[in-house]
Amino acid sequence: MNPLDWWLLLAILLFCIGAFGVLSRRNIIVVVMSLELMLNAVNIALVATANFRGGSPGAGTLFSLFIIVLAAAEVTVGLAIVLANYRNRRTVQTDTFDDLKG
Amino acid sequence: MEGTAFMKTAVALIPLLPLLGFIVTLVLGKRFFGTKAHLLPVALVTVSAALSVYAFSWAFTHQHETFEWNAFTWVAAGRFTVEWGFQVDTLTGIMLLVVGIIGMLVHYYSIGYMHGDEGYYRFFAYLNLFMFAMFVLILANNYLLLFLGWEGVGLCSYLLISFWFRKKSASQAGKKAFLVNRVGDFGFTLGMFLIFTATGTLQFSGVFAHADEGLIAAGTMTWICVLLFTGAVGKSAQFPLHVWLPDAMEGPTPVSALIHAATMVNAGVYMVARSYPLFINSDGAMMLVMVVGTFTAIYAAYIAITQNDIKKVIAYSTISSLGFMFMALGAGAWVAGIFYLFAHGFFKGLLFLCSGSVIHAMGGEQDMRKMGGLRKKIPLTFWTMLVGALAMVGMVPFAGFWAKDEIVGGTFVRGYYVVWAVALVTVLLTAIYMGRLIFMTFWGENRSDAEVQAHIHESPPVMTVPLVLLAIPAALLGLVVGLPPESGWIHSFLEPVFFDVESEPFEWAGEGGLLMLVSLAVVIVGILIAHRLWVRDVEIPGRLAARFPATYAASYNKMYMDAIYEVVPIRSTINFAGWLWSFFDVKVIDGAVNGVAWLGGWAGDRLRPIQTGRVQNYTLYVFGGMVVLVVVLAWVWVS
Repeated sequence: MNPLDWWLLLAILLFCIGAFGVLSRRNIIVVVMSLELMLNAVNIALVATANFRGGSPGAGTLFSLFIIVLAAAEVTVGLAIVLANYRNRRTVQTDTFDDLKG
Repeated sequence: MEGTAFMKTAVALIPLLPLLGFIVTLVLGKRFFGTKAHLLPVALVTVSAALSVYAFSWAFTHQHETFEWNAFTWVAAGRFTVEWGFQVDTLTGIMLLVVGIIGMLVHYYSIGYMHGDEGYYRFFAYLNLFMFAMFVLILANNYLLLFLGWEGVGLCSYLLISFWFRKKSASQAGKKAFLVNRVGDFGFTLGMFLIFTATGTLQFSGVFAHADEGLIAAGTMTWICVLLFTGAVGKSAQFPLHVWLPDAMEGPTPVSALIHAATMVNAGVYMVARSYPLFINSDGAMMLVMVVGTFTAIYAAYIAITQNDIKKVIAYSTISSLGFMFMALGAGAWVAGIFYLFAHGFFKGLLFLCSGSVIHAMGGEQDMRKMGGLRKKIPLTFWTMLVGALAMVGMVPFAGFWAKDEIVGGTFVRGYYVVWAVALVTVLLTAIYMGRLIFMTFWGENRSDAEVQAHIHESPPVMTVPLVLLAIPAALLGLVVGLPPESGWIHSFLEPVFFDVESEPFEWAGEGGLLMLVSLAVVIVGILIAHRLWVRDVEIPGRLAARFPATYAASYNKMYMDAIYEVVPIRSTINFAGWLWSFFDVKVIDGAVNGVAWLGGWAGDRLRPIQTGRVQNYTLYVFGGMVVLVVVLAWVWVS
């Protein structure tokens, strides 16, 4: 295995842990944290690939910078929604958010 | 041509004035005219009648010319153009005289008859509209404009039959007239289509020129004539489309006199006569016209004998008379047919107006069984009605005698012996039922309630003067225009229109005189029978009816024609409509609509479980979708 594969393996591992967290946890804050984990797994994959596959290393790092900014914005909005929801319901458990169920 | 400019003005004004009267009276009548609503329509119709007489006098002095004037192009669509065009020849002249004069007199009569009716203004508005349409019909120089007038008079007939629209039977009768006429008009329309495809024009002069040159194939010609005749059968109430005319008696009596006796019902006869150059080229169509006319004549006369409503009797006699006219046209006695139309307009209009006067005197009673003995109480009505009845049965020397004799004799001379025999029987029946009408109404003792009897009175002069004015032509017309028979003035007058008709000189001492004596003898026998049955021995009719119940019932029930219509076309239409409702509408249409809604509900029900309301489930679907997408893409990429 060349060094890139190790990094990609790490990225896959992190991504799967994140995905599992999103799907299995009911606490919405943990879900958001798991989401961050998935985003960062992608970041690692991008940076590692840029570093080991030659070409212009700037492109890969630039993408991960975009993702970091995006993630920050997303967390801001997401946590604001969580907070607003918490004020109404006094809970952050996702399985209680089922008002649209027919 | 001298006088053409004034003639144009006259021809334009004859229909326009009544149209103006109609519009003004209808719009302003209720609000402003009240009981004076008759003044304008009556004045305008009087002017129109005077102009009609002028147009007749023009035709009188220009017998071998045809005044033709295309005012403007009405329809222009490629090869198809129709002018708003008028023509006046001798045939039009006679029609103008009938329509103008009788129309005017009926207007005067209506002032008295309709006095105090809440629809007074409406009545005169409709009458004026009718005059407009009728004038357009007879002045038109092409089939389409004729058809406009044709439908116009049909509309007015409908409006005036159901004039007292609050009465259920009146509005039903109006509808019936309209629908039955539609059947005939459909044939007329098809006939016009066929004329246009065969000749490329609808103008009389153009169509007839084609026919004269033999440019229309024989089969097409027959179809054209048969289809046109279908229209005439509807409008002129011939068997089997006659059923509307007796019911049309629901309308006010002046309407029955004007529209359903003297003018509109003659439109079919006029149209067939106008299409003379077409009909003479089709022996089959001529035969059809004669057979239908002959059958209708005896059929209606048979029914008339047992009817008790005074207006119904006259209505059936009108159907019978129209049958006589068609018999004449079909047999080739064209002039005799128009002569009869001319005379019939006056004496039948007179009979209806007289019956109106009788009904007026009896306080609205129309049943002859409740009348009787009116001779002394309303003498003027009695004498004028007697003149009308004698003209109707064909008593010498009244108008009907000369006209009818030319028809009856004409069928014999032309070799249609069966038709002649049927016509003679019809003459006998006519004499019997007209005698019955007169004897039941004016002879014997009055059979109404004491209260009604106390109120019996002669009608006001505005009603009786038109009676007298109509009685004069009913009595004398035949002597003036019909003598000597077969070559009287009317023959030379109409000769330019019916250019091919040959008539043999009439021999007083020969065959002609003998035929005349025979038909006169039949009339006298008929009157004597009627006198015997309804004056001298009034028990006999009841005994006869009991003796021959089937014969009596067939006549009394109008040969079950209404029942047959009820069963065959009406019932089957209703059943078909019912099937459409219970099967097609409920099962197919509603089924499709409800099925779509049900499908939506069913699919929604099946899909509902996947909407759990849990965010994780939705996310799982997203992941699942992603996985499927990746697998598919990878598989595509590998292979």
